Amino acid sequence: MSDTSKNITPPVIEIGIVGWMRKNLFSTWYNTILTLIGLYFIYLIIPPLFSWIFFDATFSGTTRDDCTSSGACWVFIKQNMKLIIYGLYPSDELWRVNIAYFLLTVSIIYLLIPNLKYKGFVGVFLLLIFPIICIFLFSGGLGLENVETRLWGGLFLTLVIAGVGIVLSLPIGIMLALGRRSKLPVVSLLSTIFIEIWRGVPLITVLFMASNMFPLFMPEGVNFDKLIRALIGVMFFSAAYLAEVVRGGLQAMPKGQYEASQAAGLTYWKMMVLIILPQSLKIVIPAIIGSFIALFKDTTLVLIIGLFDFLGIIQFVGTNPDWLGFSHEGYVFAAAIFWVFCFGMSRYSQRLEKKLDTGN
Amino acid sequence: MRPSKFSNFIFNRTVQGTFYQAITLSLVILGVYYIVQNTAENMMARGLASGFHFLGVESQFDIGMTLIEYSPTSTYFDAFIVGLLNTLLVAGIGIFFATIVGFAFGIMRLSSNWLIAKIAETYIEVIRNIPLLLQIFFWYFAVLRALPKPKQSLEFMDSIFLNNRGLFLPDPNFSESSSVIFNLFWITIVISIFIFVWSKRRQNRTGITFPAFYVSAALIVGVFFAALAATGFPVSFDIPELKGFNYKGGMKLIPELVALTFALSMYTAAFIAEVVRAGIMAISKGQTEAAKSVGLKDGLVLRLIIIPQALRVIVPPLTNQYLNLTKNSSLAAAIAYPDLVLVFAGTALMQTGQAIEIIGMVMGVYLFLSLFTSIIMNLFNRITKVGER
Repeated sequence: MSDTSKNITPPVIEIGIVGWMRKNLFSTWYNTILTLIGLYFIYLIIPPLFSWIFFDATFSGTTRDDCTSSGACWVFIKQNMKLIIYGLYPSDELWRVNIAYFLLTVSIIYLLIPNLKYKGFVGVFLLLIFPIICIFLFSGGLGLENVETRLWGGLFLTLVIAGVGIVLSLPIGIMLALGRRSKLPVVSLLSTIFIEIWRGVPLITVLFMASNMFPLFMPEGVNFDKLIRALIGVMFFSAAYLAEVVRGGLQAMPKGQYEASQAAGLTYWKMMVLIILPQSLKIVIPAIIGSFIALFKDTTLVLIIGLFDFLGIIQFVGTNPDWLGFSHEGYVFAAAIFWVFCFGMSRYSQRLEKKLDTGN
Repeated sequence: MRPSKFSNFIFNRTVQGTFYQAITLSLVILGVYYIVQNTAENMMARGLASGFHFLGVESQFDIGMTLIEYSPTSTYFDAFIVGLLNTLLVAGIGIFFATIVGFAFGIMRLSSNWLIAKIAETYIEVIRNIPLLLQIFFWYFAVLRALPKPKQSLEFMDSIFLNNRGLFLPDPNFSESSSVIFNLFWITIVISIFIFVWSKRRQNRTGITFPAFYVSAALIVGVFFAALAATGFPVSFDIPELKGFNYKGGMKLIPELVALTFALSMYTAAFIAEVVRAGIMAISKGQTEAAKSVGLKDGLVLRLIIIPQALRVIVPPLTNQYLNLTKNSSLAAAIAYPDLVLVFAGTALMQTGQAIEIIGMVMGVYLFLSLFTSIIMNLFNRITKVGER
């Protein structure tokens, strides 16, 4: 008895920091090597990056002469902040954009706080009423001075394009998905062709088409604004992708749901709106938000047809002779903003997925 | 009350279906007719002739990078081919590197080593959530354009040079006798295939295994190096040299190409990593345990059980990512890399004004690639589909 108990070594510590490190970082000899290599990479990248962004950076000042430190010069961003956020929107009218920014922020914060009442109303407001308010606020009308769209720019324009794309492409996408799943051959064929064409080509060619071909399609004298042309392109492009996402949800519905609603005597539209779509859209909410993230990133492409969106403005202020050589700061700033938006959306969708999972 | 004949007729499913389809079809036809009519009028007003005659006309513009013979006296069709080849080149290189980096990060993400898994996760989450165009701009304007002049190039092993004019690589030169080596190489590959078939058959018949993989690998590599030595290394490298203000000789990759392929591969790699991770995680643990319990060794478990099943999950979304990369290569237009979109839908369209034909051709190329890929994928799915009980 006592002999065998002597030969057994005490168990390796598995709790506490040491135990955790032993288990997750140094479990075998090659894991130890990997950990050391990983640490070395972190050492190579993180300290210089942080000192460039924060510790060695210049935050105060007004001109490029204030940029004397070895790190980033955020004065560049600070001085051009108005351009970056509003584009060339007239200074006296900025309050109009600010109201929209304010309403948007408040509604989103309201939606994010858990367990509040009337979230449905806020959602409907954001999707239906808010865009209409924005149209009047931004472009003018109802006594407000008219502001041409060529003056729109910066983060403001990016949000407008992404917002219009999101709000308009969802209903079109749902209709296309229903069309593709339809039993009527003509409707199904037309929807399929439409979806596959838009999905098969890059967004750039769509935008080129919007800026070069749309004017040819319209009768003499009818002239669409460049922004509206781009918006139409973005909208159809995004709708085609959403259609496939929604179709995935429709296909995931068990056949019994269709049969039961038909047995209850519902018409096609009642069946879809009351039974099928609410359930199938719920399944694909994460994928829909994924499409929105892709759309948000894709809005940067409009700079190729000469619209000054967020990235376009960053490019533009970088070519200002007073601020040559600060492109690093511009790109890092833009990357950080885009990242916050996209990462936030993806985390929100993960949370929603967990919450909506009713386990059936 | 009995329903009348009329209400029987209008509430009939088939009749309603036909009616709605007829309405849809006529609306679409009317819309198309309207657009065609307007386009014809507009083109008349602008003095444009429709049709593809312009393809045979001299293009009169030069292209910065061409894989085939091209000059301003070449036709618009030649310009189209040049752009297409440049697009395919970027896509090819991009796919190659994106696959390697993507698989590496996908496997790292699943590592039991916490630090390695976190590094991979950070990479994926950062890269995926930043627009590709911004990344291309960063690598092109902020990194490659900001590199030192040729005189202060970054050097690797005295043969690879990186500066603001581009990346200069040694160019391999194959002399006459090198064709012998290539022929031998192909012959050994054919022999290896025979070895595989033979060993499989023998194993099925008698149960005796044969190390086909090691034997054929040794054969291919051994014969290759033996032939190299026997012919006296007929491959020489043309190493770039600094002459005047720039490097001469060697293989030159323009900075636009380097930035574009780098950004594309890094971006797509983040998505491929997620695809790979999902594929590996889709294989349930029971598969490994069952395979081990019937006595398979670790290597065989991986080769015969895990990889075939994971690939079935990985390949369709992976090809989708390849397709995305190819379509995203059109962002080349933003940094003036002469791809299909920039050369044809940009310069050629500007000069000729043939918007419909040119954009139609460009879209057609991408559409063809997409449809072709989806046909291949449907075939793949049909072949690898599990027979369900």
